[in-house]
Amino acid sequence: MLEIKNLRKVFGAGTVNEKVALDGVDLTLEDGDFVTVIGGNGAGKSTLLNAVAGVWPVDSGSISIDGVDVTHLPEHKRAKYIGRVFQDPMMGTAATMQIEENLALAARRGRARGLKPGITKAEREQYSEMLKILDLGLEDRLTGKVGLLSGGQRQALTLLMATLRKPKLLLLDEHTAALDPKTAQKVLDATERVVQRDHLTTLMITHNMRDAIAHGNRLIMMYEGRIVISVSGEEKKKLTVEQLLREFSRASGSDEADDKLLLG
Amino acid sequence: MLELLQSFAGAVPGAVSQGLIWGIMAIGVYITYKILDVADLTVDGSICTGGAVFVVLFGAGVPVPVAMLAAFGVGMLAGLVTGLLHTACGIPAILAGILTQLGLWSVNLAIMSTKSNIAINILDPKNLDKMLVSLRFVQEVGDGRRPFWQHPIFVVGLFTVAIIFLLYWFFGTELGSSLRATGANGNMARAQGINTNVTKVLGLMLSNGLVALCGALLSQYQSFADINMGKGAIVIGLAAVIIGEVVFGKLFRNFGLKLLAVSLGAIIYYVVIQAVVSLSNINTNYLKLITAAIVAVFLAIPYWKGRYFGHHAKKEKEAAPDA
Repeated sequence: MLEIKNLRKVFGAGTVNEKVALDGVDLTLEDGDFVTVIGGNGAGKSTLLNAVAGVWPVDSGSISIDGVDVTHLPEHKRAKYIGRVFQDPMMGTAATMQIEENLALAARRGRARGLKPGITKAEREQYSEMLKILDLGLEDRLTGKVGLLSGGQRQALTLLMATLRKPKLLLLDEHTAALDPKTAQKVLDATERVVQRDHLTTLMITHNMRDAIAHGNRLIMMYEGRIVISVSGEEKKKLTVEQLLREFSRASGSDEADDKLLLG
Repeated sequence: MLELLQSFAGAVPGAVSQGLIWGIMAIGVYITYKILDVADLTVDGSICTGGAVFVVLFGAGVPVPVAMLAAFGVGMLAGLVTGLLHTACGIPAILAGILTQLGLWSVNLAIMSTKSNIAINILDPKNLDKMLVSLRFVQEVGDGRRPFWQHPIFVVGLFTVAIIFLLYWFFGTELGSSLRATGANGNMARAQGINTNVTKVLGLMLSNGLVALCGALLSQYQSFADINMGKGAIVIGLAAVIIGEVVFGKLFRNFGLKLLAVSLGAIIYYVVIQAVVSLSNINTNYLKLITAAIVAVFLAIPYWKGRYFGHHAKKEKEAAPDA
């Protein structure tokens, strides 16, 4: 479903701040794979997701989604294939627009937008049903401004928007990191439900090693712009946090895993 | 004092007419400043372009509606230039607008065959009767020499209502919604597959089209186009948007009503300016300074509120996810 080959991205090339963010990343996701991504700060996790989403062009390498080479497609064209939820709850929704308007925008992802109505009556009823399932009491607030929602509500809404039209690939960039533990769990549960239900191919970054182990069928760890660990199947099910830390120290050749990752 | 009041009362219909005309430009400013979240300074040039195109075409015998449509179209072209400078050339929107505005100065002069002022000869009744609006009609309707429906307040009022209806419809469509999403949160818009460069250019074109249409109406109203007629227009536009928001913000929640508030804001602005001129002996040269000061204060109020009242600060921050 997703095929990344030898992906490279350098920020600030030629300056003192030069940073090799992606240093030859190869990654292939099969249809329905749910891959969790961990790694310390600056390991290249978010850079990888942004590269796939097309936020900026990469230096070299290629990305294809479902057999389509998207390496040179701009962000808004790749959106046809990709659903995204960001770390910042402010980023995934339009605060000054209504809940139903946000959903209507998401329902038209990847389609040409013309002079037809921006939202129809049938859609409104459909959205109300969908919001009921989220169980956040949003179904009665369809015309409320998104800016009035809590961070958790906004992330749940963004998740719904990202999956409203089934994406070929779901990108979750630490989407629960800015939430309190209880809300984070709720959003994570909702994520698990929708990924299972729609059989979504998913890349989820998380700071929480337990979450990374508990969710998905494959786990990868990044370090200095490379994928250093990849565990899947039965092996992943048996994985423990301690084991993961040991693996990381071995792969990165240092002890800093303890400092950088245990905090997560 | 009574005399002064009488002179003010006599000037109110004219001030309202003028406010209504400038209100159309202010609605254009609202599209860029409020909906797209872009400060577009093209306005000062494109309003004159609209006026110049209208007067020249009218002088060449082109029917009034066609000349006005042409003004609208040329205004859209000016917006297109600013939009492309901004999106295709990566120039910050403010600077892109300034560049277009500067360039338009020469373009406007070229349209007017390098004359800085071209008049419509309304002493010829054949010309005057063709006008959609004219300062003269204010007087003549007052005297009963013309029917009430030729009063600029009536004509431009109808125009404004029609424009508000069209914009209300447009911003409710899929395309219009994508314009609003672009201004509300560009990241989100792109993640939903919206080409934010295209929507920005479209918004700038629509805005400057309306601004030029205002220029066309204005040049009819005053029966001339002048190379300086756009000077400070953006500030008047902002003043109208802000006054409308301050006075009617709590009352008008609906999008159509918000646009109406902008038009009413422009009327209030012109009536207040008229009051200042009529009731005091102020030198009219100082009006621009007063306008600039008033707009500066109103722009500063939200910031001051945010700084000194934490509650408001939080609200402002939430309302601006792009910041």
